[in-house]
Amino acid sequence: MSRAARGAGLMLVVLVGAACSSTEPPRRATTAPTAAPAARATTALSLPVTALTHDQQILHALNRLGYGPRPGDVERVRTMGLAAYVERQLSPRSIEDPAMEPALAGYPVLGSSPAQLVREYPQPSPQARQRMAQGEMSRQEMMEAYPPERRPAVITTQMQAARITRAVLSERQLEEVMVDFWFNHFNVYAQKGAVRWMLPAYEREAIRPHALGRFRDLVLATARHPAMLFYLDNWLSTRDDLVVSGGPNAGRRMGLNENYARELMELHTLGVDGGYTQQDVVEVARCFTGWTIDRPQQGGGFVFRPLAHDRGPKRVLGQVIPAGGGQQDGERVIDILVRHPSTAHFIATKLARRFVSDEPPAALVDRAAGTFERTDGDIRAVLVAIFASPEFWSPEAYRAKIKTPLEVVASAFRTLDGHLAPAGAGPDALAGGGGALAREVAKLGAPLYEAQPPTGYPDRAEAWVNSGALLARMNFALGLAHNRLRGARVELPRFLDGADRSEPVQVLDRLLQVVLHGEATARTRAVLASELESAEITRTTPYDRTPKDTDVEKLVALVLGSPEFQRR
Amino acid sequence: MYDCTRRTFMRSGALALFALGGAPRFLIRAARAQERGGRPKILVALFQRGAVDGLSMIVPHGDPAYYASRGSIAVARPAPGHAETTVDLDGFFGLHPAMSPLKPIWDDRRLAIVHACGSPDTTRSHFDAQDYMESGTPGLKSTADGWLARGLAAMPPREPASPFRAVSLGAALPRILRGDVGAIAMNSVADFDVKEGAAVMGSGPTARRGFESLYEQGVRDLLYGTGRETFEAVKMLKAAAPQRLAPANGAVYPRGRFGESLRQIAQLIRADVGLEVAFADVGGWDTHAGQGNERGQLALRLKEFADGLAALDRDLGPRMSDVVVLTMSEFGRTVRENGNRGTDHGHATAMLVLGGPVKGGRVYGRWPGLRREQLFEGRDLAVTTDFRSLFTEVAVRHLAAPAEPLFPGYAARSSAFPGVI
Repeated sequence: MSRAARGAGLMLVVLVGAACSSTEPPRRATTAPTAAPAARATTALSLPVTALTHDQQILHALNRLGYGPRPGDVERVRTMGLAAYVERQLSPRSIEDPAMEPALAGYPVLGSSPAQLVREYPQPSPQARQRMAQGEMSRQEMMEAYPPERRPAVITTQMQAARITRAVLSERQLEEVMVDFWFNHFNVYAQKGAVRWMLPAYEREAIRPHALGRFRDLVLATARHPAMLFYLDNWLSTRDDLVVSGGPNAGRRMGLNENYARELMELHTLGVDGGYTQQDVVEVARCFTGWTIDRPQQGGGFVFRPLAHDRGPKRVLGQVIPAGGGQQDGERVIDILVRHPSTAHFIATKLARRFVSDEPPAALVDRAAGTFERTDGDIRAVLVAIFASPEFWSPEAYRAKIKTPLEVVASAFRTLDGHLAPAGAGPDALAGGGGALAREVAKLGAPLYEAQPPTGYPDRAEAWVNSGALLARMNFALGLAHNRLRGARVELPRFLDGADRSEPVQVLDRLLQVVLHGEATARTRAVLASELESAEITRTTPYDRTPKDTDVEKLVALVLGSPEFQRR
Repeated sequence: MYDCTRRTFMRSGALALFALGGAPRFLIRAARAQERGGRPKILVALFQRGAVDGLSMIVPHGDPAYYASRGSIAVARPAPGHAETTVDLDGFFGLHPAMSPLKPIWDDRRLAIVHACGSPDTTRSHFDAQDYMESGTPGLKSTADGWLARGLAAMPPREPASPFRAVSLGAALPRILRGDVGAIAMNSVADFDVKEGAAVMGSGPTARRGFESLYEQGVRDLLYGTGRETFEAVKMLKAAAPQRLAPANGAVYPRGRFGESLRQIAQLIRADVGLEVAFADVGGWDTHAGQGNERGQLALRLKEFADGLAALDRDLGPRMSDVVVLTMSEFGRTVRENGNRGTDHGHATAMLVLGGPVKGGRVYGRWPGLRREQLFEGRDLAVTTDFRSLFTEVAVRHLAAPAEPLFPGYAARSSAFPGVI
């Protein structure tokens, strides 16, 4: 960060210190996260006393509320105040994010409707697919009939690139974390049938607007969304005695599909031990009959078909839903589920697991669940309860989480302040530098939008720590440091400011500060220092008369691949 | 090569006794366990993802309803002397002609087929059905681990301990091997290493050595433990150098990812790295349109599949006495041909069991028939053998795994085993 920015930060400290958050913010043109103070002044968040040092607290916040610090972020948060940082992240609309629009301009699918996407990225005809599969089409013919830039796979590729671009660049870090969290909670799989064309709309309409909003809105928005209706088959679910009266399937007997009903309770609301029975699954499925998609293969939207709806009486978790209902039966179920104590506990547990530790303290979960119940599922309020808790700031929680693949890639790139080439030009025209990073996330075992099961990806260390995955993390570190990722570049010499490359120990200490912020164990530092003895790292041989020149790339890779950097 | 590897591990094992805090997890598991000697029995599990049409793969040419239902996609009746007709096996069933390389193995009684095999769950969703077949709990999605991982984890590790008990070829660890067994996922044997950057000076593996030192000691936790395990595995693989073993006995693997996976599984087996379970998958079976008959899309896939199995069998030669290959697919396809000269998602399919310990030369399972009234929901081949009964038999009789943890909620009775082993 430049001197000017530091100066501005100092100025902010004075302003914030003098007038709390009610002062009109100074306008700034830069993209620093703390440049624009909260437009909506809120009551000051009070943070508990903790055994962590102040800088550790700042690192903790940057690692948990976001995808890790960029150069200068620690100083910026120190300047603005930790509580102010947390508060602003809780109100993402108050944070200016000018870098995002140009960074996402190369991903047009983000703003497209399913119908547009079906037209622009069509499925090839069955005949064409058959000829391709049988090898009857020449490469030339295939490229013409089915050019790579118009294939449906482009939609997912752009979405993946956009997701990591946002994680890396957005100032609204907590919002990005919460979008990831809720997408994973209400997972849909991009490769299941028509879901691919519905994917951008799903994140844009059902997840993102409610990421820090009300839980009921999230459940309702996902329940009605074609992507979820298709993914969990509810669009096919009808009353048991329905026989199709016309069309190509005339005479076919339809019936109940329990898939969505089960996952709605098991994964979205109550949790697997939330106290529902198989009979509840059937009853909930009956309530949602008729919630379907208007022409899914053409990108149509939600539609309720009364003919397919089971109008009989139902009983869900002991509550009677009277006969004669329609679309409101499903809405009634959602009301019952989101107000159930099991839901409060289940959601509080998952949030505490994401933000605190794999096995979060029961007392914290209970308090967060209490907040969920009292506020009728206000997600922001539950987050405040977690961020204001002593458990969140405890030494036990500090660096207790193993980073997921997305977190490893995003935090490494942020830490080195890398540059992403835009999509639409260069060697990786379709997805730009974001595409390169998204492929790395996939190599680490968690391709974005491609978690097949409705559980989404796990949020526990065991899932991400295995031999192959660990090697993949080390190889990612080497690839990034050596600029082997197309369109995602880092400039390491910038970080050596003041360090003498012919003095390896100086270089090492500088890099440990940049990447691990002084949180390297003595053991790790000792190991790396002893590595400096090797001729390869210092690029000298006994016969070499040139000055030593530390292999900065390798050293950076070692630090990024170290056990410390796998934690947040 | 074998001795070298073995010595390395004897030493590691001894070290582990003195410094448990620094030992890789697989050695800790081994230290807890009783000793099991001898050469390991090996299971190679292969998943045909996308639902293979069991009726074209193993053709029930003796069922009159087969030709009545199938129209243009039926595979021609056996006609000795004509290459592109069903290869008769027992007068009723036959191999798709593209799978003729498996006929000698059948004749040698080392290939068994279980037809009308599948899941008790009726989902026709690929992803659900695959998930169920891997978790081993049809209808229950909350199961965290896979049945092969549960089976292996319940078996005492062998001595000398190996980090390569369970290996999956591919980037991500498949559901079937997730769990407490430390299974390794690798894209390829050659990829299972730290990728050094362009050699700047000298050619020493400095990054690998550096990473290894970083994970060598330190607190005993999952991360460090796995790190140590990883580098033990990398070193063991380096010492055993399986990639140097060219296919033996004139075996030729088909080109493509599937053949590559099988070739590398054979290398791991021949290099004696302690492999007990290998997994690979192969896609392209979702033939909704233009499925083809003796020729065409499906025939090409079946040829690659059979060529791969035959090459593995030939490559391993006498080692096949310790090996069983089990193939699986999430469900079968509709009996009737659809409007696009293809088939839609169905129910039962056929699974292959191949290897020295197999009671081959026989098609197992009760044939439910293909007349409309015999079909599941009036459209699909009915399931007469629960996949869990076949998988339990293979895991229990071949690997000597305990039956209990494999398929929770399913009482596996040996009297109900198909009898393939």
